[in-house]
Amino acid sequence: MSGATVAQPADSAPIYHKAGSLRRERRRALIGAYIALAVFVVFFLTPPFHMLMTSLKSSAEIADLSGNPWIVSRPTLENYWALLSQGSYLTHFVNSVMVTVCVVAITMVISTFAAFALARMRFWGSTALATGVFLTYLVPETLLFIPLFQTIGGLGMYNNLWAMVLLYPTLTVPFCTWIMIGYFSSIPKELDEAALIDGANHFQMLWKIFIPVALPGILAATIFAFTVSWAQFLYPLAFLVSSDQMVLTVGIISDLIRGDTFQWGMIMAGALMAALPPLLVYAFLMDYYIAGLTAGATKG
Amino acid sequence: MAQVSLRKIVKEYEGGVQAVKGVDLEIEDHEFVVLVGPSGCGKSTTLRMIAGLEEITAGDIAIGGRVVNDIPPRDRDIAMVFQNYALYPHMSVYENMGFGLTLRKFPKDEIRRRVENAARILDIGNLLDRKPKALSGGQRQRVAMGRAIVRDPKVFLFDEPLSNLDAKLRVQMRTEIKKVHQTVRTTTVYVTHDQVEAMTLADRVVVMNHGVIEQVGPPQDLYHHPTTRFVAGFIGSPAMNFIPARLEQGSGALRLALPDNIALPVPPERTQRYTPYVGRDLLLGIRPEHLTEVKATGKQNIATFEAAPEVVEPMGMETLIHFWIQGAEICAKLDPAVPAEPGRKMTLAVDLNQMHLIDPDSGRVL
Ligand SMILES: Nc1ncnc2c1ncn2[C@@H]1O[C@H](COP(=O)(O)OP(=O)(O)O)[C@@H](O)[C@H]1O
Ligand SMILES: [Mg+2]
Repeated sequence: MSGATVAQPADSAPIYHKAGSLRRERRRALIGAYIALAVFVVFFLTPPFHMLMTSLKSSAEIADLSGNPWIVSRPTLENYWALLSQGSYLTHFVNSVMVTVCVVAITMVISTFAAFALARMRFWGSTALATGVFLTYLVPETLLFIPLFQTIGGLGMYNNLWAMVLLYPTLTVPFCTWIMIGYFSSIPKELDEAALIDGANHFQMLWKIFIPVALPGILAATIFAFTVSWAQFLYPLAFLVSSDQMVLTVGIISDLIRGDTFQWGMIMAGALMAALPPLLVYAFLMDYYIAGLTAGATKG
Repeated sequence: MAQVSLRKIVKEYEGGVQAVKGVDLEIEDHEFVVLVGPSGCGKSTTLRMIAGLEEITAGDIAIGGRVVNDIPPRDRDIAMVFQNYALYPHMSVYENMGFGLTLRKFPKDEIRRRVENAARILDIGNLLDRKPKALSGGQRQRVAMGRAIVRDPKVFLFDEPLSNLDAKLRVQMRTEIKKVHQTVRTTTVYVTHDQVEAMTLADRVVVMNHGVIEQVGPPQDLYHHPTTRFVAGFIGSPAMNFIPARLEQGSGALRLALPDNIALPVPPERTQRYTPYVGRDLLLGIRPEHLTEVKATGKQNIATFEAAPEVVEPMGMETLIHFWIQGAEICAKLDPAVPAEPGRKMTLAVDLNQMHLIDPDSGRVL
């Protein structure tokens, strides 16, 4: 980029000087943007960095108050090895994955259909229903889990991992439905109508036209549902007691904190590894998300 | 291909809005019918009921002799072109055009043959691999038409297909649509608010207002023989002038007394038709093109009067002048060679063979 600027001949016409100044201005804006981003990156990456450093230290080094907390003098993978080879970290990981996959699948099926119905079909009370869906989301889970406790107890699902698959959608479905109603309403109705006239039945119209076009909105909702289920803390804390039923969020604290002994190295290693799946999912879905955004242009 | 019959069609939306109030219309096989009227008059609603996108509150719609009231759009064998084109954004032009045939399980080579044929008619053969996003407005318009053509349906429905295009492209695509219809001869119902589009495209024009049909007829018929004041004012550009006038019995012939002491003789052949209305306050309707400078044509029934233009608009091919007779704005169309200046009196000739008399109470042309 800089090479092109330097290559200007000295006697070039005024218009080139103008172009050069424009380019200089743009570069200045770029530098400003990079500085702002750098501040942002430092701010948000400091905690994970600290986690990484701590996870690479032995317990002795962590306990040594004379050392610098930001530097590892003798890096070791023993925390990671301990987590993966003994205890129930892997069980919790698998539990988390199972619950999250089920919850995301259930949520997306229910809320996609619900959002389509509420955005597209006019029926008696549809507007009130759409608002109601959003209001349910506003009820805090700290209030909900008390009555839910009775429900789950009544179903005999206390201390059962699969109770989470029933519980999480009460958080994800309303919000996902709500954001998809917004996105779906922005898709021109004529698109569905053209498909119906072209010979599609309602299911084909939904599957072949509507869902592909609405994919960016659906993926945004998927990311949300995934994040909520993966990071959910209160419900597993309240409803799960035995280690083999636990998911990562509560598993880590219940296994690695004994009384007031915190196994910091393993906690950090466990948390870091727990953060990997969201990273992968974001990286993967973001690509599609952006591709979907650019393909979504309908008119203009 | 087929005829379309609308029998006493009524559409009432929830909330009690009657968008269409009993429309009767017979559309012949191969015919190009244009529904025209001001915004909100129920054109789109009528079209969407033919398409099956809106339920019919009362009445019957038949396509090719079969009543389709309860038949879903996909089984009506129609194709529709929307104002915003409604191309499927995730599909290429080829897939967009072939979608309907794919759904109907046509063999692949038949789909290819039909798409390529339609692409040739519309001159979009080089765009088949593109996504709609990469097309200009006019090209999208063509693809939307191509999607209709490949289906070879019984009826084409168009809802303001040219409204999103700029003026020049609109004229070009108008010709294109006419050409396509002359090639494929499919029965067509076309909705527009633009009377020029209606006049240029239609075999028959249907003028709608407030959910009812005002008049149906070939373009020339509507222009020369409007039956209501609404049609008289809606068809033609610049619009017809309406001047308050009193019909009086003169010596031997009828006479129209206009404000400002202008008196115009009624053509003798119309005496019988107008006699019942003597003494009534009526509206004289005269088109700007029949209100001109004095010409030596030797035609009968030309009257003259004096007026001073207040605004002069040279258009190149003609010059429009505007003046006021007691609050009624009048427009006249002059030859550009005629000198016209604001404020300077000039003599105008009115061709009374082309006059209309309107009963202001009923709005009917007498
Ligand atoms: N879905 C709807 N619900 C209620 N009223 C409607 C609906 N669609 C159209 N209308 C009303 O019906 C009338 C006719 O609309 P439309 O057929 O779209 O007119 P246009 O002639 O401009 O195409 C208008 O007054 C409009 O407000
Ligand atoms: Mg309309």
